[in-house]
Amino acid sequence: MKRIALLGMPNTGKSTLFNRISGASARVGNWPGITVDLMSAKILIGGHIAELIDLPGIYDLHGFSEDEQVVRRFLSNNAVDLVIVLLNSSQIDRQLSLLLQIKKLNIPSVLALNMADEAKQSGITIDTENLAKSLQMPVLSISAKYGDGLPKALQAATQMINQNQTASDPQMISQLLQEDNQIEHEMENLIQHHVQIPTTFTNNTTDKIDKVLLHKWFGLPIFFAAMFVLFQFIFTVGKPLQDGLAWALSLLRSSLLEPIFASSPAWLHGLMLDGVYNGVATVAAFVPIIVLFFLVMSMVEDSGYLSRAAFLMDALMAKMGLDGRGFVMMLMGFGCNVPALMGTRIMRSRPMRLLTMLVIPLSLCSARLQVFIFIITALFTAKHAPLVLFTLYVMSFMTMFLTAVLFQGQYKNTEPFILELPPYRFPTLRQIILRGWHEVNHFLVRASKFIVIGVVLVWVLTNFPSNVPPASVGTYAGQIGVLFAPILDPLGINNQLAIALIFGFVAKEIVVGSLAVIYGMQGDTLTVHMATQIDWVQAMSFMLFTLIYTPCLSTIATLRSESKSNTFMWLSIAWSLGLAWVVSFVFYQGARWLGY
Amino acid sequence: MQLLSQLKTGQKATISAIEADEYLFHRLSALGFRVGKPLSIIRRANFNGPLHVRLGTTDVILRGSEANRIRINTPI
Repeated sequence: MKRIALLGMPNTGKSTLFNRISGASARVGNWPGITVDLMSAKILIGGHIAELIDLPGIYDLHGFSEDEQVVRRFLSNNAVDLVIVLLNSSQIDRQLSLLLQIKKLNIPSVLALNMADEAKQSGITIDTENLAKSLQMPVLSISAKYGDGLPKALQAATQMINQNQTASDPQMISQLLQEDNQIEHEMENLIQHHVQIPTTFTNNTTDKIDKVLLHKWFGLPIFFAAMFVLFQFIFTVGKPLQDGLAWALSLLRSSLLEPIFASSPAWLHGLMLDGVYNGVATVAAFVPIIVLFFLVMSMVEDSGYLSRAAFLMDALMAKMGLDGRGFVMMLMGFGCNVPALMGTRIMRSRPMRLLTMLVIPLSLCSARLQVFIFIITALFTAKHAPLVLFTLYVMSFMTMFLTAVLFQGQYKNTEPFILELPPYRFPTLRQIILRGWHEVNHFLVRASKFIVIGVVLVWVLTNFPSNVPPASVGTYAGQIGVLFAPILDPLGINNQLAIALIFGFVAKEIVVGSLAVIYGMQGDTLTVHMATQIDWVQAMSFMLFTLIYTPCLSTIATLRSESKSNTFMWLSIAWSLGLAWVVSFVFYQGARWLGY
Repeated sequence: MQLLSQLKTGQKATISAIEADEYLFHRLSALGFRVGKPLSIIRRANFNGPLHVRLGTTDVILRGSEANRIRINTPI
């Protein structure tokens, strides 16, 4: 099978081109020599099946960023038959260097000049025909967004492939990459002969929008307002979708699965329905939120606003060892941790990405909010309720800040903060939808097994041994609760609440439901009973613990699949459990000492 | 000769020297920062935040610590 690599600088529309050629067939795959995932797709080109690989966007083949190393290692370990180099036509005067670097490696290549329309508007004219002659390779103007010129470019690629030139020799490339080269002179020569660029260049529309969105004083309030609106959109649209999905899944259970397993032994019935099927339902509940989140994120990212957010928030974030882009993800974590963690992929520096991923699970997500509202209603007066909830939000921010400050030495970012501000662009609907589809796919492939196994495990813990009532102190979960009593008693967390915390590992959504099972009562009876069982200091301590310890199995699964490191996953679990214990301990003992 | 971080907003200048380690130097040159290139600062973020710089056809944001590595000449 022929192998075609797609290469270009960041912000040249490379992923758009990749998605346009590959459609929805793209898969994430591992490659020899590199540790990050690359998207690839099987495409039909000139009657042959070829494999198209989307390499990370890089500025320089000889640079030192992680992405630049990834591309070098990829080319030094994998033979390729053709490289399609994608450059932004408006910036050809500096981007041509990347193509010349590839050319020096003697890999068969095609040059595609993207955003031909934007360049034309700015008065840039490129003589592609003569440029092709000088470069001795096909040069084509295209629009990745709308597909203009794409058939011609693919035709040129087909011709190159059919010439049956020998594929690149990874070993030789590895040697060539070590030699430095003098490309600047050659680049200037080519630009002078084949490209005309007006001396004054401004993108008027972008300038006008920037005057408002990056305004010295209004910029930040506008940013927060925009984030709030997007946030509201995701969750107001997402909630009914999640509810509808939950309704459909419970209907499937009651009308189809219950009758099937009605005559089977109790353990099998429980394992299949309360274990495996509940696990599947847990996974499914995330699907609408992830789709919506990435619909919105791809709009924010592709429009160019994300880099602007980085500009606005950087002064504050730099103090935490993070950058402005991380802030958008941290905010999104207050809705749901899972897509926020997946979204950190936009950060190209691994240490900074890991630090952001360590911070996100501490945000007060919407599932935790449900638990808090239930307990606050049960134990606090209407007058105190808002204050309690506000305190929990403040605590969430404080633990995030503390974690970032404490760990920023560990995850030291070495990449300089230099970002391009692309002109504002409207992403097409197709771009947005493909992105949502890819992300859901990614989540389902990577996280679902882990989540289902986890749900089954908790089911076993809370239902066995089978001679005691489910979720009672006699079950394994209850025994674990008793075992940890010496640790949890100083927090005011009794055995029943400890079992609820074990349920909470699966998902915070089921904590309230689990309390109903644990106490064997529901609705108002449960809230009244809770109020007689624990006092407000215990309740607050329980809520603080719930706020800080691991949000849910899906978050753990995502942490693991995104960081590709079990060590990091365990660090995150251990840190959040440790911090939760310390905060609850200080609060509970402090309050008791003060006489409450 | 002064540092890019000292340039007034809106004023034009040309790059006279880039004093950065190899890593930063590569990144800067890939984004178009080369000796002799004209540039200007479009705006600065509040609270000592990043600078918004325009170089030819490219708009770039960078922190003060990176801007300190770039020396510039302002026309007299």
